[in-house]
Amino acid sequence: MDMNAKKKLGLKERYHLMTRDLAWEPTYQKEEEIYPQLAYEGIKIHDWEKWEDPFRLTVDAYWKYQAEKERKLYAIIDGFTQNNGHLTVTDARYVNALKLWLNAITPLEYEAHKGYARLGREFKGVGAAVACQMQSIDELRHAQTQIHSMSNYNRFYNGLDNWHHAQDHFWYYSVPKSYFEDALTSGPFEFITAISFSFEYVLTNLLFVPFVSGAAYNGDMAAMTFGFSAQSDESRHMTLGLEVIKFMLEQDPGNVPIVQKWIDKWTWRGVRLLTIVGMMQDYMLPKRVMSWKEAWEIYFEGNGMALFNDLARYGIKVPDCIDQIRKEKGHISHQAWLVFNCANFLTNFHTWIPSEEELDWLDAKYPETFPKYYRPRFEYFKKLEDEGKPFFTKGLPRLCQVCQLPIFFTEPDDPTQLAYEEGTYLGQKFQFCSTHCHKIFDNEPEKYVQAWLPVYQIYQGTNFLPGTDPTAEGFDPVRAVADYYQLNWGHENGPFEGSEDQKNFAMWRNQATKN
Amino acid sequence: MQIDLQTVALKPLRNTFKHIEKRFGDKVATRYQEATYDLQPTHNFHYRPTWDPTRELHDVKRTKIVLKDWYVLKDPRQFYYGTYTQARARQQDAIEKSFDFIEERGLEHALSPEIKEVALKTLMPLRHVAWGANMNNTCMAAYAYGTALNQACTFASFDHLGIAQYLTRVGLALGDVEDLKAGKTAWEKDANWQPLRQYVEKMLVTRDVMELFVAQNFALDGLLYPLIYKEAVDGVWAAKSGPTIGMMTVFMADWQAETAKWVDAVLKPAAAESAENKALLSQWASDWAKQAIAALKPIATIALGAEADAAMADVILNLQERAKKSGLDLSL
Repeated sequence: MDMNAKKKLGLKERYHLMTRDLAWEPTYQKEEEIYPQLAYEGIKIHDWEKWEDPFRLTVDAYWKYQAEKERKLYAIIDGFTQNNGHLTVTDARYVNALKLWLNAITPLEYEAHKGYARLGREFKGVGAAVACQMQSIDELRHAQTQIHSMSNYNRFYNGLDNWHHAQDHFWYYSVPKSYFEDALTSGPFEFITAISFSFEYVLTNLLFVPFVSGAAYNGDMAAMTFGFSAQSDESRHMTLGLEVIKFMLEQDPGNVPIVQKWIDKWTWRGVRLLTIVGMMQDYMLPKRVMSWKEAWEIYFEGNGMALFNDLARYGIKVPDCIDQIRKEKGHISHQAWLVFNCANFLTNFHTWIPSEEELDWLDAKYPETFPKYYRPRFEYFKKLEDEGKPFFTKGLPRLCQVCQLPIFFTEPDDPTQLAYEEGTYLGQKFQFCSTHCHKIFDNEPEKYVQAWLPVYQIYQGTNFLPGTDPTAEGFDPVRAVADYYQLNWGHENGPFEGSEDQKNFAMWRNQATKN
Repeated sequence: MQIDLQTVALKPLRNTFKHIEKRFGDKVATRYQEATYDLQPTHNFHYRPTWDPTRELHDVKRTKIVLKDWYVLKDPRQFYYGTYTQARARQQDAIEKSFDFIEERGLEHALSPEIKEVALKTLMPLRHVAWGANMNNTCMAAYAYGTALNQACTFASFDHLGIAQYLTRVGLALGDVEDLKAGKTAWEKDANWQPLRQYVEKMLVTRDVMELFVAQNFALDGLLYPLIYKEAVDGVWAAKSGPTIGMMTVFMADWQAETAKWVDAVLKPAAAESAENKALLSQWASDWAKQAIAALKPIATIALGAEADAAMADVILNLQERAKKSGLDLSL
């Protein structure tokens, strides 16, 4: 029987036939016209066949596994919704972490979907293209399941309902937005280094652990289930991140300095972005998982350094910026929360001054920095608040031209001095939060001069609705900007204390638990 | 009798997100709506793409088609990730059972040798056509404007990779690795396949996303799939040798019927919006369909022999009817 004569195929060989063998060498069109993005970054790939598939997943298996995960996830979301699960969270302050997630992170998942679709088309090697296509569709999953798992919160709490507009307009959402757009507008090799390696591989735990474990610790079954359901996707993405770096480094020695420059840049860009996550982790979770500093020590100084040791044989060095990150790890989350707390009239989430017990927790987690530099400030602001004179920053801050965070970080070696640097390009002055952002700018000034900086847009008068007259008597610039942001004034901004969220949560919980 | 279970009912502050409410009114939205509409960022982009410096990151100008709102393009299947994967998993389950059924009973051995040979000769080069279709839909997913269109292109690209892999399984079931190799050689060298390969490679350098959509999803797939899976597999081959091959390719037949509805639901509102759109889409559809017909004629002869001309006439008529319903003037 010819059945017996057939060669039994190994898994690798079979997967080869299912993917790489599908491609052919085109002869009717020029290769550089089919793949126009491969040359301009200077990365040399001599042999795409050397790509090692980071995972071997055929489309039918993908459908099967992912559909099963989706069925389970939506069953839990439905149950959580039906049972008013939002009332089981530790307290309503927790929902503010979700607001940050939906407005800042979910849009990035969608952008990742688009970015990997581009790579799925532009990479010449089928192995690499298919891996990117799988990640592209996974990222679409993450955007959509996040929306669905937070959809019911939106029906009951403020600050979630206008994320499409908010992420494109609010001053602080320009931080995650510009970070991701920087990657998306890069060439394909820089994009994959930025997102697959620097973000997914090196930093992802620092994003996922605080949010997903935070959800679990705070009784949010919907967000927790999403996170756990996404975990197996994430581990695929991480293996892709490592494979792509090794592949580029092995293909040509000339690739090493280019990749090194990108790793340096994107480690710093990523950590600056994670400032906001660190703040969430230290301040916004009623039941905390671990401090930002602890997370950094475990996931970067521990796991991350082991990775860099592994890459040393290719000539890759630990990014210079980690020295500064180590010095800043006891400071940045506090500095960020202080800034937001004093600017909460222009945020679509609530802030608060930590309770005594929470200040004690911060003392214990940050013994070298918190009692000396930050607790006194919080206590002073609390005193002002109790006297009915809460402190607000009404002026507009300078922004870093690269990471777009306001200038609020301090000198790495002197936490009493604000850090900033100035540079010039084509006769114009630009400000930076740090040497590292300054260096990123100097490497590519023609890109960063294009940045849409919210504060400077306000000064230029572009962040007012049409018809606004700044010369009119009684003109209130803050309210005019809030209108441009479509901020739901008096509902989604301001302190948590006395907010609708706080009152409604108490009322509903009462309604659900008493007669 | 209905059991009247009670849950604590709280009055929500709102029904859905603002951008969804703006489009569909103040009512509870579907998961498709919340997952799809306005998911793509639209304002205040920071940097021009280094790979396309004359356009914005997300730019409506990656096609000549002009629409006021790219979310008028519909997907009648209402596929978002969850419904898409679950629909495909159900189909996959059924196909798995078909393959098992065939293999357990050794039905592939009962096929007439003549049909088996024709099937391998026809279907194996189509693995590469499906890979081209995957790349083209991935291209549309990457560069098309608005989630309504680009997520459906993502799903289509995945479907095409799935089809390429199903064809590979068919090849390994009916023949072996040598047959896949022969199919690839035919695709690369055999004169009968060169017009089609030329067509596919021309699409790979076509970067207007809507033109590419027309060339791949309407013109080529609209002719190729009915020709192969309806006329050949379920028609002539089934009549001569039973439904075994059809059981292995049922996904492609079902997929075409389902996906054509989506393709038409994209073209119809696009053509309806302006005379310019209609003229452009009609011109693209006519140009590409003419080339596709010429490219498919030798393939029809391989697959259908003496029946080729009649089958081609059928599928062309079918495409013309679809064009007409979508408001396109197809002149062939």
